[in-house]
Amino acid sequence: MKNWAITGVFLLLALNAISQDNGMVKIKGGNYIPLYGNPNEKVQVEAFYIDALPVTHEDYLQFVKQFPEWRKSQVKGLFADKRYLEIWNSDLTYPGALKNSPVNQVSWFAAKAYCSCQGKRLPTVDEWEFVAMANEVKEDARGDSLYNLAILRSYETPKTYLLSVGSKPSNVYGVHDLHGLVWEWTLDFNSIIITGESRNNGNTDKGLFCASGALGANDLMNYAAFMRYAMRSSLKARYSMTNLGFRCAKDLK
Amino acid sequence: MEIKKVSKFRGYFYLFIFFIPVIIIGCGGQDSEKRYIPKSVTDYAKTKVFGEEHASLTSPPNVPPPVGNRPAKKLFVEMEIIEKEGEMADGVTYMYWTFGGSVPGSFIRTRVGDLVQFTIKNHPDNKLPHNIDLHAVTGQGGGAEASFVAPGQEKVFSFKVINPGLFVYHCATAPVGMHIANGMYGLILVEPEGGLPPVDREFYVMQGDFYTEGKFGQQGLQPFSMQKAIDENPDYVVFNGNVNGLSGDNSITANVGENIRIFFGNGGPNLVSSFHVIGEIFDKVYLEGGEQFNHNVQTTLVPAGGAAIVEFVADVPSNLVLVDHSIFRAFNKGALGILSVSGEENKAIFAGEIMEGIYQPEGSVIQNMPKSELDIEAPVNLSKEEQIIAGKNLYMQACFACHQPNGEGVPNAFPPLAKSDYLNADTDRAIDILLHGLSGELVVNGKPYNSIMPAQQMNDTEIASVLTYVYNSWGNNGKVITPQMVKAKRQ
Repeated sequence: MKNWAITGVFLLLALNAISQDNGMVKIKGGNYIPLYGNPNEKVQVEAFYIDALPVTHEDYLQFVKQFPEWRKSQVKGLFADKRYLEIWNSDLTYPGALKNSPVNQVSWFAAKAYCSCQGKRLPTVDEWEFVAMANEVKEDARGDSLYNLAILRSYETPKTYLLSVGSKPSNVYGVHDLHGLVWEWTLDFNSIIITGESRNNGNTDKGLFCASGALGANDLMNYAAFMRYAMRSSLKARYSMTNLGFRCAKDLK
Repeated sequence: MEIKKVSKFRGYFYLFIFFIPVIIIGCGGQDSEKRYIPKSVTDYAKTKVFGEEHASLTSPPNVPPPVGNRPAKKLFVEMEIIEKEGEMADGVTYMYWTFGGSVPGSFIRTRVGDLVQFTIKNHPDNKLPHNIDLHAVTGQGGGAEASFVAPGQEKVFSFKVINPGLFVYHCATAPVGMHIANGMYGLILVEPEGGLPPVDREFYVMQGDFYTEGKFGQQGLQPFSMQKAIDENPDYVVFNGNVNGLSGDNSITANVGENIRIFFGNGGPNLVSSFHVIGEIFDKVYLEGGEQFNHNVQTTLVPAGGAAIVEFVADVPSNLVLVDHSIFRAFNKGALGILSVSGEENKAIFAGEIMEGIYQPEGSVIQNMPKSELDIEAPVNLSKEEQIIAGKNLYMQACFACHQPNGEGVPNAFPPLAKSDYLNADTDRAIDILLHGLSGELVVNGKPYNSIMPAQQMNDTEIASVLTYVYNSWGNNGKVITPQMVKAKRQ
């Protein structure tokens, strides 16, 4: 029995080490109250792995080398709009200064393909938001006004997609740059809809408004989150946005 | 089964009862004709469009040309949303979100019955999705839902303007308050058939309140403060997007005798404006931007998300001062604009000062502060740098409203302090002016001025600091004024 347990621990450690090699971090999962939905109902997030860093231009170059159908001259219009990799000089070159910057101007289809080629997938909104609640010391830093302020500031700063990944400290899980560089695609980005008419108290929005009411109108966290949800709602899967990149996630097994 | 038991007669009877109200209503037909049916329904919704036109949009304070008597048309409007850093006050910048690159956004001029095809573009470098809710639109969200557009995308939507008037438009993307607070508002005018009566000059002025982390005047890029916005406690209340939006180089001008029309809007997001022009009376106000008007109005109330059209004839030459008459906003938060009217004096309307003398209440002499009180405070000797810092603060409290933040003054009203020959010629005279005030004619940098500056209620140290700041700013000669020099002049 004891032996078995030790083996188990070893296995877990080994898995952890492998995941670290892949640049992924294990998130043990848990509950959280999202911005949408019933404020009394916690959402369960199962354990999963997530990339410690956003995918960079260099990472993406390796991908398009291997999969020509995702090169900018060959990508299908159905899967990516005209801004797809617009910043790149050609199919297989990007401006040198962007080597360590997060890849941007990629569609949801492209991001999804990238992840699945590596046996990964995009994180769900819940997974992403769950990890993104953390700051350097706490798993849920949403009550911390400085944490919120820093997020809001970065949303107001132009051209942050030019910055390098991993240059700022990671959060408590070891994940970098969820805030401050680019928005990130999620698997189910449009499952929570803030309609274009965002003052409409119709069915889709009701949860959002109730949740924000319950959390208190002066809770700055809402505004950062509102901006994220509004941004996600404005997207379509073929959009290739200048301020939007991605990272991958993976199930435990 | 039940139904079959009802006799034929009773069946007809029920039928009769059913018709009674119909007959009564039929007789009362006269009343129903009196029901108010608006023209928007009877006429404008059905107005035929003849031809197409691309709308020319203007940034404030300019207004596109009047529609005149053109027919309703299909009108193409294109607007780009740009998030960009701009100047809030001298040395203070802010990240504005704009419709068309200006705050307020581009002015849209239409004619009632126009079929507007609206293209909204969200610049690819922008970080956020945006949309537009035009109060002139009848339809879901004023177009907000149809125009919701991600960065790097464009949307086209279409609507018919069926209510004449002056309307606000604004962004309505969550968080709505923040989008408006960052400058996302403007005006759309729907002119009646035949257009508004012609005038000599038209201007576009819009008020807005801004919420920054730093206090009014605090230097550098100031981020938006959500907390202050929620508390409705703005640091800036301004016309046309910033403290200098309608003064200095951005002042508007007119000539005596001209008929002036101001399209005035209030973007908010929070404050209601008490719009007033110091030195004029509105001859005509289109209340709330609608069809009804009032005459001889001093101050008109313009709600957040509302507008008014004001008209007046500039009868005499003067600097008319546009303010929000919630007056601390004007002198301490920036809600102040200048309309400079030049031309011939008209003494019949305004004779100006016709007598000056000393008013002596019965038996008394000119009142002075007792000397002893002024002596209490020993002069403090600050270093030149300390004087400049202290002096700048004092300047921003006491002097900038007239002499302007960079000492440029206001043409024809308040003389400049920047590169001022008058100032640099004589420090004693400068000290005297602060101690005792100054009135009457003088010439500064070759231009004549004739107005009044009151004596300043400052102690010796303060006067020394503010003058040292002025002498060491804006190309002046760098002299240092000490409290001792001030004290010597005071006695």
